[in-house]
This record gives sequence, C-alpha cells and structure tokens, in this order.
Amino acid sequence: MSWSDWDTWIVIVGALCAASCAIPGCFLLLRGMSMMGDAISHAVLPGIAIAYLLTESRASLPMFIGAAIVGVLTAVFTQWVSRFGNVDRGAAMGIVFTTLFAAGLLILTQAADKVDLDAGCVLYGAIESVPMDMVWNDSVPRAALVVGSSFLLNLLFAFLFYKELRVSSFDAELADTLGFSSGLMHYLLMTIVAITTVAAFEVVGSIIVIAMLIVPPATAFLLTRRLSVLLLLRVVIGMLSSALGHWASSSVPAVFGFSQTTSSGMMAGAAGFFFLLAWLFSPQGGVITKRLKRRSQSA
Amino acid sequence: MKSFVDKETVAPDGEHPAELPLTVHDLTVSYNQKPVIWDVELNIPEGSLVGIVGPNGAGKSTLIKACLNLIPANSGKIEIYGKSYQENRQLVGYVPQRESVDWDFPVSALDVVAMGTYRQLGWFKRVGKKQKQQAMEALDRVGISHLAKRQISQLSGGQQQRVFLARALAQDAMLYFMDEPFSAVDAATEEAIIVLLKELRSRGRTCLVVHHDLATVSKYFDHLVMLNMRVVAAGPTDEVFTEENLRATYGGKLSVLDAAAEALKNVKHV
Amino acid sequence: MFDLSASDLWDVLSLQKHNTRLVVLSATLLGASCGAMGSFLLLRKRSLMGDALAHATLPGIGMVFLVATLLGLDGKSLPLLLAGASVTGILGMGLVLMIRKTTRLKDDAAMGIVLSVFFGIGVAILGIAQNTGGAAAGLESFIYGKTASMVKADFWLIAIVSVLVCLTARLFLKELMILCFDDAYARSQGWPVLFLDLVLISLVTAVTIVGLQAVGLILIIAFLITPAAAARFWTQNLVKMLIMASLIGAVSGWLGASLSALLPRLPAGAVIVLVGSAIFLVSMFFGSERGVIRRYLKQRRLNKRVGRQHVLRAAFEILEDSTDSDDVANHLVEWSKLQAHRSWSEKKLKTLVRWCKADDAVEDAIEPGHIQLSEKGFAEASRVTRNHRLWELYLIRYADIAPSHVDRDADMVEHVLGVDLVKQLETELSEDLRLPKSPHTIEIEGEGGAQ
Repeated sequence: MSWSDWDTWIVIVGALCAASCAIPGCFLLLRGMSMMGDAISHAVLPGIAIAYLLTESRASLPMFIGAAIVGVLTAVFTQWVSRFGNVDRGAAMGIVFTTLFAAGLLILTQAADKVDLDAGCVLYGAIESVPMDMVWNDSVPRAALVVGSSFLLNLLFAFLFYKELRVSSFDAELADTLGFSSGLMHYLLMTIVAITTVAAFEVVGSIIVIAMLIVPPATAFLLTRRLSVLLLLRVVIGMLSSALGHWASSSVPAVFGFSQTTSSGMMAGAAGFFFLLAWLFSPQGGVITKRLKRRSQSA
Repeated sequence: MKSFVDKETVAPDGEHPAELPLTVHDLTVSYNQKPVIWDVELNIPEGSLVGIVGPNGAGKSTLIKACLNLIPANSGKIEIYGKSYQENRQLVGYVPQRESVDWDFPVSALDVVAMGTYRQLGWFKRVGKKQKQQAMEALDRVGISHLAKRQISQLSGGQQQRVFLARALAQDAMLYFMDEPFSAVDAATEEAIIVLLKELRSRGRTCLVVHHDLATVSKYFDHLVMLNMRVVAAGPTDEVFTEENLRATYGGKLSVLDAAAEALKNVKHV
Repeated sequence: MFDLSASDLWDVLSLQKHNTRLVVLSATLLGASCGAMGSFLLLRKRSLMGDALAHATLPGIGMVFLVATLLGLDGKSLPLLLAGASVTGILGMGLVLMIRKTTRLKDDAAMGIVLSVFFGIGVAILGIAQNTGGAAAGLESFIYGKTASMVKADFWLIAIVSVLVCLTARLFLKELMILCFDDAYARSQGWPVLFLDLVLISLVTAVTIVGLQAVGLILIIAFLITPAAAARFWTQNLVKMLIMASLIGAVSGWLGASLSALLPRLPAGAVIVLVGSAIFLVSMFFGSERGVIRRYLKQRRLNKRVGRQHVLRAAFEILEDSTDSDDVANHLVEWSKLQAHRSWSEKKLKTLVRWCKADDAVEDAIEPGHIQLSEKGFAEASRVTRNHRLWELYLIRYADIAPSHVDRDADMVEHVLGVDLVKQLETELSEDLRLPKSPHTIEIEGEGGAQ
C-alpha cells in the first residue's frame, strides 16, 4: 500500500488526538483515576440519546453538548457516591457508568420508532473515515479541527492551572490549605476530561481515546519523574503510537496474508507496544534494565 | 568507650549461632536503586526483648520486612533458628503497622485474631471451635475478649493494636516482629502491650519491636538495635544506649537530642 | 401503553412461562455468582477488574475465530471461543498483576493499560476477520450479549459454572479473606499471595466469560460491582456480605429479566443494571450498618453528646470561678457568661441548652437570663470536668504534647475512649478524690519555677 494524503491526515488526527488526551491523562494517572476515560466513553450514551430525541437530528453539536454534560455528571456522581456513600472510588465509578449506559440504552430502545440510531454507531466515530469529512474547501478534515481545538483548550487549561493541578493532584489537603480548592480543581479537570474524550471519540472512536488517555502517560511515567517532562514525553509517545499504529494496520495483517484492518485498534496496540518497551527497558527500573544492573553489581 | 562498629553483634559470643532465633548476615536492601539499609549484621539471643530505634527513614520497618521476606533483599542471609525463613516461618509472628490495613473490612475482632491460626490449619480447612477458642484466649490475654464480636472499625486505635497483637499470639510463634506497636495507642494499651511482651520473654519467646519513643527505651527493652541505614550499635540496652551512640544514630537533630538527654536522665534514675 | 396483567406478572416471576424461564433463571444465577465474586473484588479494591477483564477477552475471541477459520474449523464454536476468551482474559489480568508488581504504576493504571491495549488489539483482529469474509458477523455480539436469544445450552453452562465457582470460593474462603484483608500479613504467614490472586482472578474470569456471551459486557461489569457495593451497606461480616451480595445480584437478575420479558422493548441487560442500581441507591441510604442515614444519625448523636458535655463543663467552670472554696455549689449560671465561655453563638448555645434540657441535665432558672443545672446535670458536669482535667493532666505528664493542643484532643479522646480509660487515669494520677486543678495553671507554675 502506498502512503497518501489520506494516510497523512489519519496520522495527524491520531497524533492531535493523542496530544489532546495528554494533559488530562497525566493528571488522571497521578490521581489514580485512569479508568475514568473508559467510564466516560460508556456513560455518555444517555446524553447523546436525549440530545438526539430533543433535536431529532444527528447534528453533532447537540449530541456533543449532551455527551459532555453527561460526562461531567459521571464524574460528579462518582465523587458523590464515593464520598457520600463511603464506597471505594473504582466501585463507585463502575456503578455510575454502568447505570448511565443502561439508562441510555433504555432511552434508545424505547424511542426506537422515532430514532434511527443504535448504541454502537452514534458516538463512535472511526478514524479511517476522517478524511471523508472535509471542511474549508476540502482542505482540512473536520476531525482535525475538532481534536485540534480540544488540544488547544487543554493546552490553555494546563498553562493556566499547571501549579494548581500539580499541587492538588499531589496532595489534595495541601492544596486546600493553600487556598486552591481541590474539589473545584477536581471538577474542572473532570470537565476537561469529559470534553476531551467526547470531542475525540465523536470523530475518531472511543478505543483510541481510552488508550491515549492511559497508556502513553503510564509509559512516560516509567521513563521520567518530572511532571513537565512527563507531559512532553507523553505527547511524543502518543504521536509515535498514532503513526506506528496506522502503519501497522496495513502492514501487520499483510504479513499473515490478510488485508488491512482498523487503524484505531492498531493505534491502541502500538501504544501498548511502546509501554512494553518502557516497561522492559526503561533506564530507571525497567524489568530487564534492573536485571542487567543487578548482574553488573554482583559481578 | 566502645564506639560504633558496623558489624557489632548482640550476642556476646556466637557459640551456637545456628540456634539463635534470628541471625542477619550482611543484609542490604534498596528501594528504587537507593539502598535503604546496608551491611546489617545481627545476632538476636533467645528470650530477649529487642527494641529497634532510629530516626524516621532509617529503615526500621524495612529491616523487619526484609527479615519477613516481604521485600526482596539485594544481598544477605537471614536465618530463623538456624534455618531459612521459608523453612521456619511457622515460628515467626508478625504485627504490622496499624495503618497497613483497611479497618473498614467486614470482619470482627475475633475473625482477625483467628487469622493467626490459618497457617497451622493449612489449605481449605475451616476455622473450627478449637481455633475460635485459641483466638478467644489470645483476645483475653490482651484484655479485650469482651470486644470479640465487634467489627474492627468500631475499635479504638489501642484496641485495634491489641487485635493485631492477639493475632500474633494466636499463632503461638517463637519469634515476633512488631512494627511500631506503641504508635498512637493509649496508655492503658501501652501498659498492656509491655506486660504482654515481658510475659512472652519469660516463656522464652523473642520479640523485635520497632520503637520511636526514646524515653521508654531503657524501661522496655533489654536489647537494642540502633539503626540509621546501617547498624550504629547493637547489644544490651545498658551498654549501647549511650549519648555517643544516640548522636551517631540521630545526628545533630536538636529536639531528638534533647529527648535523648531526657532519656539518659531516666536511665540514671533507674 | 403496556398491557400488563397481574397473572402475567406472576407467571413470569414464578418462572412458569417457558419462553422466559431460561433467561430469568440464567440472569438470577449469574447475578448470585457475580455478586459473591464481586464482593472479593470490592474488598481487594479491584472492582474495575471485571471491566478490564471483559475487554481483555476480545483478542482471544478474534484470534480463535481467525485461526479456526484458517484451519477449516467452525470459527464460531462456543467452547473454542470461550477458551480463547479465557486465555487472553487471564493473560491480561496476569499482566495487570505483573505491571503492579514491577513498576510504580498503581492498580487503576495497570488495569487501564491492559483494558485499552487488549481491546484495541481485539478490535484490530476483528477488523481483519471482517475483511476476510462475512462469516465473522455476530462475533461482536459475544461482547454485547444476546440475552433474549438464550438457549438451553447457555443456561446449563451458566448454571454449572456458577455452582463450580461458588463451591471453589467456599473452599478458598479463609484464604481469600486473608488475601483481601491484609496481603502483607498473608505473605508473612507463607500464603502464596500471587497464587491466591490468580485463583480469585480465575474465578472472576469464569463467571465473566460465561456471562459475557449471555448478557453482555456492561451487565457483567455491573453485576460484579453493584451487588457487592450494595451489600456492603448492610453488614459488617464477610460471610453475610457474600450471601447478601449474591441475593442482591439474584434479585436484580430475576426482577430485571422478568420485567424485560413482560414489557415491550426493554432490553434485559439494561433493565437488570437499572434494578441493581436502584437497590444500590436504597442500600446506600437505608443500609443498616453503613448506610448514609445511619451514619448521619450516629454522627449527630456524637455531636449531641460532645455539645452537651461542653455546656455542662462550661457551666461547672463558671460555677467554680465564682467561689473560693473547694466545694463548688450548684447555683444559677448566667447565660451571657456561658455564651462567652466558649464563644458560642447565641443560636448554637440555644440548641445545645435545648439538648441538655431534653434529658433533664439543665432546668430553666427562676431568674431570667440564667440557667440552672439539675441535680443529675450537676453531678454529670462535675464528673465531665474531672475526667477532662485528668486526661489533660495525663497528657502533659506523659507525652510531649503542648497544653494548648491538649484541650481539643482531650475532648475527642474522652468521647471515644469512654469510662475505662478514665478509671485507669484516676488510679494512676490521683490518690485522693479531689478534683485536680486545671493543668494550664500547673504548666504556668512549672515554667515560672524553671526560670
């Protein structure tokens, strides 16, 4: 297969998506809430369903708003259940997102005669179809604009609240005593997470988003301990994953004699591959690096 | 006067080192490439109450955890009654730090204490009357048998600590490792623990206790390990608990040295 | 809109309708076994394991399909697909444990990584399968469930696996309990923690996988989390919690599946999840052990006790100040003085005094602007003050805590420790039964003497 503009756009959108997930992903990791991306991607269904019922159109803006609102609600409810009910946060998250998803499913099936919509197709875009939806005289894919602007939003967010985010992720109580309400920061971050994930998977599909939120930050976390480097590194890793993933989607199946497969799945796989490399060979604490060091120490 | 020597040992001379409850030889442990304790050399005599003291981050808990094989050691050999930990672990009891578990867990005090009998029960066998009785006796010995049915979060800090002790007692070990059993407990509990420790000693049991209160060291322990990443001094308390060793262990920290001076005054009174 | 007669309802709920019996029974059984397994996950603080696990099965399914088709076998044979799903499921969970063990990453990150990467690879493999030929259609329903079209074989599979899993859990009950409660202690006792974790994961995998193809991903995740979390509000005993969680799981499966069978266009999975969530919500508020209301009442009772003791002590101290002799007599106490004593707001003090009046510790005084302690209240006030000072004095003598901190601390400890410790202090600290003076003054004298 030869490389075309089409492929370039796919990689660019993937990389932008990775970059925009970079910022919230890092803070989610530091806060021990990595599963939030997965939870939100399931939980937004009722928001989309309601938006669709109200506007009776498949226009993406109302759906996006509905999804973003429910995304934030997911975070709010999770916090509420875990604080108020004294429930483990992971469990609280699980209860909230399964309930919301079920509610969304129910709304969709109840309204099935009015709505030509099924749970699978509404919100999960596909990165392969990105170059089909061009705007601005067919010069730029709409997806690139969407994830690009969410990247800029995230960049602005990180720039404005870098120190507040850092302190409240590290030590919520300290943040409170310093006068940065950690609760406020939490909801702000959750809002950003919701907007970023919803914006991204509306155009590129949920798998990439979930993977890009978690895997590159974790990879970077194994490679460095400085937050600023961490942020930068994970953007780079995310972009590399996007490029490698797209390339692999056509070349790996070919090795076994199959035709090409989805890029989104392969991008997640590529992110996993980079994680594996870091896990084994990270200069500080990689499994194999450690073993080698121990050998040279004892020798 | 004896200054600190890295490889000083507790036993006066190691005639039968193979039968000592605990010998540690050349132990080095690191976290994330950074050595936390190194070159630890210890011989703990039978039937002794051994306090482990040192500043925060000196590796007191690390030493205990390495002895229990809970964290891997870079080098060194640990022997429990002359055999490896794996072979003789039924002789070892462990009282972890109180903060190490989730006290909201849905078990009663009796359930937790009964855990001490699990190992001797072995796989699959259920807790029976005998184990429950054993657990009750252990609770009785720490003076809280009336709280046996209580869920553990409804106990006060001191009572929780006593539950942990009772669990170790129910196991009927020969050598006990206790990680800060006196931290944040009420006076009554502290008293009860020390009575219990002395009773254990009189029955030939050996206890290693991580301790932070220098004022009570000479009152509680007959042997002392002074630790600050390496063993500064180890031996009978009245020999090693000197100002010089304290300075070597705690460095120039003023408040601690004041406490030490206070503690030394107490020694003179005794 | 819905035609629903009572007899229909009864027929479905009591499993008398043939076409719904299988679904209702399967959901009930699955709910029960998932409830029990989920309890262990919840206590191990790994509730989302089910989520990660369910996603990690996808590559196994895709791979088995591809390989089987290439070899000319039936790519959709259920045993093969289940085997494939189990292999990658367990592999994924093994990786979670290994990442956890060898890196600084925490459980949630490890699960997230495995979830997203495995799912991504799974999607990629399914993509290949679909491009290979149309035969792969329907594979995804393995992940999304096919509740309505369940057949007898599915039911038996669920029944057998549920029973086996519950029996195994019963066998390992003691070991799993110690693993979940305190894994460091378990390790120090020589229990193979990694092996036990694997046992737990295998059990969870078994119920997840048979559940997945029957009822779908989301329902299985909910089944593994919600009943256990709901049961936690009702009991403080592990075995009771397991039973309770199974019951809640079974009831939500039974009710949910029945409802969906009765009413048109209610997908079973979604209804079951929602019934479970409703039970959770009710439990969260009304749970008899850790429910929100119960905890609120407890907190309120404690606040009342603390507030009451504060009023009594303040009154006693005012009375004490107004006399020179050692015998404090029960006179009237000025309201304004009382208010100033602890800088209460007027409203706050009114509430506190109302509480005191409610159990006859305080009476209205004849003179306006005053209150009077009852005989019972005065005795209690004297005792409370005495306990408080004993404790303060004790702290000063025996621990290096500054007296300025002691006051607050002492209040707390007093209310938490109760009578036992106070008695102990009495014997240790005072031979005679006179009330000791306030330790603050002693401290000041001590400092003066030292200088």
